Amino acid sequence: MKFAVIVFPGSNCDRDMYHAVTNALEEEAELVWYQGANLANYDAILLPGGFSYGDYLRSGAIASTSDIVTQVKEQAALGKPILGVCNGFQILLESGLLPGAMLQNKKLKFMCHQEGLRVVNNTTMFTSNYVQDAIVSIPIAHQEGNYYCDEATLASLQANNQIVFTYQTNPNGSVADIAGIVNEAGNVLGMMPHPERASEAILGSADGLKLFQSILENWRKVYVAGA
Amino acid sequence: MKKVLIHITLKEGVLDPQGKAVQHSLETLGYDTVKEVRVGKYMELVVEDDASIEQQVETMCEKLLANPVIENYSYTVEEVVPL
Repeated sequence: MKFAVIVFPGSNCDRDMYHAVTNALEEEAELVWYQGANLANYDAILLPGGFSYGDYLRSGAIASTSDIVTQVKEQAALGKPILGVCNGFQILLESGLLPGAMLQNKKLKFMCHQEGLRVVNNTTMFTSNYVQDAIVSIPIAHQEGNYYCDEATLASLQANNQIVFTYQTNPNGSVADIAGIVNEAGNVLGMMPHPERASEAILGSADGLKLFQSILENWRKVYVAGA
Repeated sequence: MKKVLIHITLKEGVLDPQGKAVQHSLETLGYDTVKEVRVGKYMELVVEDDASIEQQVETMCEKLLANPVIENYSYTVEEVVPL
């Protein structure tokens, strides 16, 4: 399976993501510069964390207007798995691929530590390898991870089972303790915590690896005969 | 040429932790009459004259300059005064 890791000016978790796919998952990945790429050549698209365009205007806002995000939308419509982590999640929100918006953390601080997350939906292509309601340890690293949406949007997220991860102890003020959500079709996941930084035991936790393994297994079921 | 002055503010009901921190700071300075602070953004655009300038500015705000999920915007259009 071939993963694209999109690199914007200011991305800084692109190599972590690349490492998680190539070394921990042992699949193929390419770092793809945001200009001049053709995303049709990849099976899955990863939007890494960082500070694309220096977080100018709003986190993810400038990146969301780039041509590559138009391509991400096209690939998403085809049903390909799209994962946005941290700044990648912010880009998915700003581009309208996922509902809601990010506010500054309630305590206005940049926070960087391990968090306990609950897998509240293990029926997605990103979480099928987890046990439903499992508690996993995955680090966060953000200042604008306070997920916000209005009540109607929250109700529809809940009704469609789109909330995938919640915080055990809400660190940032997110509505309904939300740490990660999928789109209605279930193939676009945005999350603030970094599964790529929890992909090997030596990093302190390997709980994030199952997320990448889920993507791979579900892809194989569809595209690899006999898998 | 026209100058467009745009104000972007957080919607009512959306928490503004930064505004709260500024309010506390004012309180520390003795300004306990200040009951609420909301921090927003101000932008100035210089735009070529066009009959649909207001419509254009609104689209710009909806698409990029503001995030309609959390922010409101308002704007005024002025003549650019030549130096």
